[in-house]
Amino acid sequence: MSPAPLIVFDKVWKTYGQGEAEVRALAGIDLAIGQGEFVAIMGPSGSGKSTAMNIVGCLDTPTSGRYGFMGVDAGRLDRNRRAELRNLYIGFVFQGYNLLPRTTAVENVELPLIYRGVPAQDRRALAMKALAEVGLEDREHHTPAELSGGQQQRVAIARAIVTRPTLLVADEPTGNLDTARSHEIMQLLTRLNEEYGLTIVMVTHESDIAAYAGRTIAFRDGHVASDTKKLEAA
Amino acid sequence: MIWETVRLALRSVRRNALRSFLTLLGIVIGVAAVIAMLTIGSGTTQKVKADISQLGSNLLIVRSGRPAAPGSGPQQTIRPLGEKEVAALAAHLEGARAVSPASQKQVRVVFGTESLTSSITGTDNAYLDARDWKVTSGRSFSESEVRGGINACLIGETVRRQFFGAGDPDGASIRIGRMSCKVVGLLEPKGYSGFGQDQDNVVLMPLSAFQRRIAGNRDIETIYVAADDATPTQVVQTRIEDIMRDVRRVTADREDDFSVRDMTQIADAMASATATMTGMLGAVAGVSLLVGGIGIMNIMLVSVTERTREIGIRLAIGAHEKHILIQFLVEATVLSLLGGLIGIAIGLALAGAASLALSIPFVPSLAVVLLAVGFSALIGMVFGFFPALRGARLDPIEALRHE
Ligand SMILES: Nc1ncnc2c1ncn2[C@@H]1O[C@H](COP(=O)(O)OP(=O)(O)OP(=O)(O)O)[C@@H](O)[C@H]1O
Ligand SMILES: [Mg+2]
Repeated sequence: MSPAPLIVFDKVWKTYGQGEAEVRALAGIDLAIGQGEFVAIMGPSGSGKSTAMNIVGCLDTPTSGRYGFMGVDAGRLDRNRRAELRNLYIGFVFQGYNLLPRTTAVENVELPLIYRGVPAQDRRALAMKALAEVGLEDREHHTPAELSGGQQQRVAIARAIVTRPTLLVADEPTGNLDTARSHEIMQLLTRLNEEYGLTIVMVTHESDIAAYAGRTIAFRDGHVASDTKKLEAA
Repeated sequence: MIWETVRLALRSVRRNALRSFLTLLGIVIGVAAVIAMLTIGSGTTQKVKADISQLGSNLLIVRSGRPAAPGSGPQQTIRPLGEKEVAALAAHLEGARAVSPASQKQVRVVFGTESLTSSITGTDNAYLDARDWKVTSGRSFSESEVRGGINACLIGETVRRQFFGAGDPDGASIRIGRMSCKVVGLLEPKGYSGFGQDQDNVVLMPLSAFQRRIAGNRDIETIYVAADDATPTQVVQTRIEDIMRDVRRVTADREDDFSVRDMTQIADAMASATATMTGMLGAVAGVSLLVGGIGIMNIMLVSVTERTREIGIRLAIGAHEKHILIQFLVEATVLSLLGGLIGIAIGLALAGAASLALSIPFVPSLAVVLLAVGFSALIGMVFGFFPALRGARLDPIEALRHE
């Protein structure tokens, strides 16, 4: 079904510290995620989920092993090349939204386009379109302080998809939201996955949130404990 | 992209308006000092030049004392000038239009209830020739007044205004120290000199009267010599030196105990004094700019720390190191440029006020302003570089986790 996988972990290790104090955040992970998949990553606290997400999102590199992204050995690229990869192909959604304070919604969404060198007038149009996509076209001039948590997370999603990325990396995107707001966000992500074929890798602690994903990978102590695909047409 | 960054920088400066302003103070003071100083300096230079061309570059000034070190060395060994030098020059000097002795003293002058401290000069009519000075009303000294040391005065415009207002000074009697003196003529106004001196606050009287009633001795302070138009000043200067050596019996193996200088040499001496002054003030301004630069460095470090999370976000969504570097560099530059502009405005205002107060021309220089702009931008870049680099080198993951 999926040809060349988008994401490949080949015996990926990530260790922090040295000697006695060494922490094995990831202990030889093997993993492949195809284009267009919607994957939820679960597991207890400290099991290495965020560490893995940072590598998936090209923010970090493995201590050993190979991380392939779009057929590129992303783990060996320098930080500026990885920045380019992130800018071109990857969108991020964080638990804490991470919008720029005192900056309007539309300006926040425009941000990745600036680093892409998109001209100002195109930037505004694209940002407005992305805001419309998440249902916030009427909030363009609001700053994060003037938006609810759910709305802020929508702005963050708009910012992540404004560049039409291949991959969306979301570390506990609903962690700060109430149940109703969480489900709205998940419906939005599901729609982006289905309509645009956006590949999504998402960390969550809640199984009803994970249930939106087509595949759930469970981490334990830096290993993959289980990897289950949802049956199609249940 | 760059306009975007400048706008961003301006916004961030505005957000921390007070902090930004305090940070800028060093730059503002430094630049204001430099601008004021240079503008006042060039105004003064211009005024001095104008004065000298007005006095005529062919005016030579003879004084007693060694030429090399004015004011230094044992003063008692200096023989003052006297009648015989004046007589010798008047008799033997060729190529001179006028030779005039003069002695000067600051004395309190009183008329009615008004009083004024004025520069009293004892001299003769040749002085007016030598200095190209005209008598606008009344007359110059008569032969008998000069010879007999009669108390007759020519007054300058400032003295006239102080004592007589709109009235006619002719024939009035003014008190100079303990003597009284009849006003016979009014001198043409000359304004302030380049050294900030009111040239119209003067009273001229016959030399012998001055010597008897004011100075109490027969010394002559200065002999003014105006070269005629056909003879180069240099030539006249050499001739004066020869005659002076002869009359004062300065043998070839001894140093001259008098000096002959023309106005250009005096202007040069003045200019070098001004340059020393400028240099000292420049050093003060330099220290202020250095302090200002360190202030900018400090505030930019604070700014980078405060905005660590913002940097993390920008890096995560694809900013290069250079994007972050440029952002903070531009911010530091905008900040110090702003300080520079405020400093230029204040500096020009100060120079304007000073030129009004000192009656010197106000000559703002575009080159100096552009230099100040460039220099303050440079300070921002230099002192902003380290903080900006620190921001650019942040690890995105740690930056995102900050606070
Ligand atoms: N920068 C770091 N320095 C040292 N140890 C680290 C660092 N980052 C992560 N770790 C350690 O690596 C392990 C995995 O951390 P990670 O953040 O991936 O866990 P997680 O699965 O995301 O947990 P949570 O569900 O609480 O977010 C933990 O033991 C953590 O203490
Ligand atoms: Mg985590």
